[in-house]
Amino acid sequence: MTSVTVTVNGASKTHQVEPRLLLVHYLRETLSLTGTHVGCDTGQCGACTVLLDGAAVKSCSLFAVQADGRSVTTIEGLAKDGKMHAMQDAFWQEHGLQCGFCTPGMILSACEILERNPRASEAEIRTGLEGNLCRCTGYHNIVKAVQAAAQKAR
Amino acid sequence: MAETQKIFGASIKRKEDPRFLTGRGNFTDDVKLPGTTYAVFVRSPHAHARIRSIDSSAAKALKGVLAVFTGKDLADAKVGSLPCGWLLPGIKVPPHLPLAADKARYMGDAVAVVIAESPYIAKDAAELVDVDYQVLQAIADTEKSLLPAAAQVHDQAPGNVCFNWSIGDKAKTEAAFKSAAKVVKQRIVNQRLIPNAMEPRASLASANPATGDVTLWVTSQNPHVHRLLIGAFVLGIGEHKLRVISPDVGGGFGSKIFVYPEECVVTFASRKLSRPVKWTAERRESFMADAHGRDHVSDAEIAFDENGKIVGLRVKTIANLGAYLSTFAPLIPSYLYGTMLSGVYDIPSIYCEVTGVFTNTAPVDAYRGAGRPAAAFLVERMVDLGARALDTDPVELRRKNFIPKEKFPYQTAVAFVYDSGDHHGALEKALEIADYRKLREEQAQARKNGRYLGIGVATYVEVCGPAPSQAAGSLGAQAGLYESANVRVHPTGAVTVFTGSHSHGQGHETTFAQVAAQELGIPIENIEVVHGDTAQIPFGMGTYGSRSAPVGATAVYLSLQKIKEKARKIAAHLLEANENDVVFEDGKLSVKGSPDRFKTFGDVALMAYLAHNLPKGLEPGLEFNTFFDPPNFTFPFGTHIAVVEVERDTGQIKLERYVAVDDVGNVINPMIVDGMVHGGIVQGVSQALWEAAVYDENGQLVTGSMMNYTIPRADDVISFETARTVTPTPVNPLGVKGAGETGTIASTAAIANAVMDALAPLGVKHIDMPLTPGRIWDAIKGR
Repeated sequence: MTSVTVTVNGASKTHQVEPRLLLVHYLRETLSLTGTHVGCDTGQCGACTVLLDGAAVKSCSLFAVQADGRSVTTIEGLAKDGKMHAMQDAFWQEHGLQCGFCTPGMILSACEILERNPRASEAEIRTGLEGNLCRCTGYHNIVKAVQAAAQKAR
Repeated sequence: MAETQKIFGASIKRKEDPRFLTGRGNFTDDVKLPGTTYAVFVRSPHAHARIRSIDSSAAKALKGVLAVFTGKDLADAKVGSLPCGWLLPGIKVPPHLPLAADKARYMGDAVAVVIAESPYIAKDAAELVDVDYQVLQAIADTEKSLLPAAAQVHDQAPGNVCFNWSIGDKAKTEAAFKSAAKVVKQRIVNQRLIPNAMEPRASLASANPATGDVTLWVTSQNPHVHRLLIGAFVLGIGEHKLRVISPDVGGGFGSKIFVYPEECVVTFASRKLSRPVKWTAERRESFMADAHGRDHVSDAEIAFDENGKIVGLRVKTIANLGAYLSTFAPLIPSYLYGTMLSGVYDIPSIYCEVTGVFTNTAPVDAYRGAGRPAAAFLVERMVDLGARALDTDPVELRRKNFIPKEKFPYQTAVAFVYDSGDHHGALEKALEIADYRKLREEQAQARKNGRYLGIGVATYVEVCGPAPSQAAGSLGAQAGLYESANVRVHPTGAVTVFTGSHSHGQGHETTFAQVAAQELGIPIENIEVVHGDTAQIPFGMGTYGSRSAPVGATAVYLSLQKIKEKARKIAAHLLEANENDVVFEDGKLSVKGSPDRFKTFGDVALMAYLAHNLPKGLEPGLEFNTFFDPPNFTFPFGTHIAVVEVERDTGQIKLERYVAVDDVGNVINPMIVDGMVHGGIVQGVSQALWEAAVYDENGQLVTGSMMNYTIPRADDVISFETARTVTPTPVNPLGVKGAGETGTIASTAAIANAVMDALAPLGVKHIDMPLTPGRIWDAIKGR
């Protein structure tokens, strides 16, 4: 067992973990933050995307110990004071979700895209989201949602 | 009043979304119970192998392992076979035990399960289970399965034939072909697909040894179907002792209709161990062991008279069913396929033969569209090939052969009676949006410049809203196909709708609430829709075949009529008016002509429960249940137009535009319908261009992960232009037809037609899907 200390959604957490414990399982099982999902086992689907020190990463492809001393934002940490983040609201307004399984990872990736490029074009948004799979929406309304969030932020 | 009238048909934001947006959804793998143990399955790495012995001693010795069960353990415990829910005449139904005991019949067939204190330990232990296999010759190929030398999958099905089925008038069709002016033939392959809902399948069983009660959380599109089949057929648990909950479910597309081995095994294990047992599929397991879709090989012929009228269609199809019969497998390539071969056309004679075959591959069952995409693809390709042969515009040929509007209801040559339709209307609207004439001009110009622009048109019809139970029963259904709804008005006038339908992305919590808000004239916030828990909802059949709106929402509507009738009686009594003079509008029950004399819906609800002053003989309470058994199926239709450009030197295909005009009857929530159309289009486009499940000659699945099976990404596709025509169905009082599958059914053919149209100057007529650059390049080179 190894000790890890991670700031998750602004709060510091310390646990003894198996060195092989994946970050996504640490979040889901140890911290009960089940908003982060596991959709594949090859790092392809992006359902497990979280922000690690602000960068979108696939938490299935990191060990919990790799997050030691760092800061993680999950979907549960995005809303502030009971108010949805602008990206969450845009997904709601534009119907950017159906079954909701890919949604947390999709939203966090979308946040990072606009963080890096607030004026991202449709093509840039589509390229930026290529690490996140959705099987329900055909991406049409997801792209619209990211565009709407970008528009609102201007 | 104007306010409430807008609720049905309004693009209301979804009520269910906030929990998904904030990470507060409750999917099966999110459910945590104290003392939970974890299951990992040991799966055959071979497509076909005799199981000589299984040594689980090393696995059992690992600290934290609670049990290892094999097929023999389950057989000894008298665990039953997974039943098949649709039987055709003469069908062979070999046993399908939850864990294979004698032979493994496909790569991924589960042969043992390990239960441990943690998923990591269970996985370590599964590696230690030593299975001694005698590897046998395997057969994976659809056509070759019928060769005399092919490996035999089941002793009970000689020659690997599961069933032979046919529909239509053979003699009449032969006569039509004899007298035809033009006959066009084509071999058409509809390749195997792997559904890949984003949430992997999962199940969690919790047995209480003191009461004998078992609760099973499972990723199901139809929890009552799971309860009935697992309880009555596999494990022998009384339905009063088995509660099935399918909480939030992350997409299904058909793959979560079926009862799979894993949920039976975790339920068995939980009862044995008196501990909760959880299993969550890894994606590689989804690829190997979720039911796959499609996999048809067909020989098709279409006959035209001298005026270009279709006089006959003849189809011979081999349908791969995989290694075992999945729950509804026989239905898909028979009554959901052969019956749809008339398409949108007035075809006097059709004959179709289907041979269902067993192979050493994952079971095949319904995947979005289920049978209908294969039928629509075949018909729409044949019509386009016909247009090419007759040297006529494909749109003109379609116009000439459409079922005219005045012929509805229309009896096809293959059993179904189409409820309503206006195929010309949808076509003309799509042509207008796409500006078809201008597109053809652009194409002519592009060709002059050496560019290969293609325009593909697909006009489709599908069958939805299953089903009239008596008709379904006569065709082989082992269940009724009605839907249930219970509407409970609470004493304050708030309402809970309990539906037998299940939402796994379709948005029922919003659309069904819209139906209730519209009928009762109360705010949608005062209505909650409950689904997915057999302990709460009435017996229901769940969600598939785009049935939730036409069957499920109709059941809600009918319960609401009963509520309104009773409310009117109570109001009339309280207002001392004649019941027939009570008007129920905008949440108020008033006396006709005296709008000031009224009771609110809440007043009436309260009195229904206080029961201090009710009409004589009327019982207290305000709650009604309905089972709606539809008198017919519904038949949504439409026209999709795809524009693509093919790069001659590389075979690359670029999507330029996509126009979809769908007619799904009345629409409860346009935003939600558009969303389902978008998603359906991408799944259908993806079949045309990218997706294919590939087994090698030894039955090894070589497309076993997201790294080698293409799931489309955001940058693979474009934004779509959607529109609708509205032709309500007379089959249900809401006039809704169903909208979950239209996109998938139309788009595969639209894309294939567009690509072949682009390549027409090069003499290319047909290429089997997926239309990968390699295949395009080969076709251009004449290989």
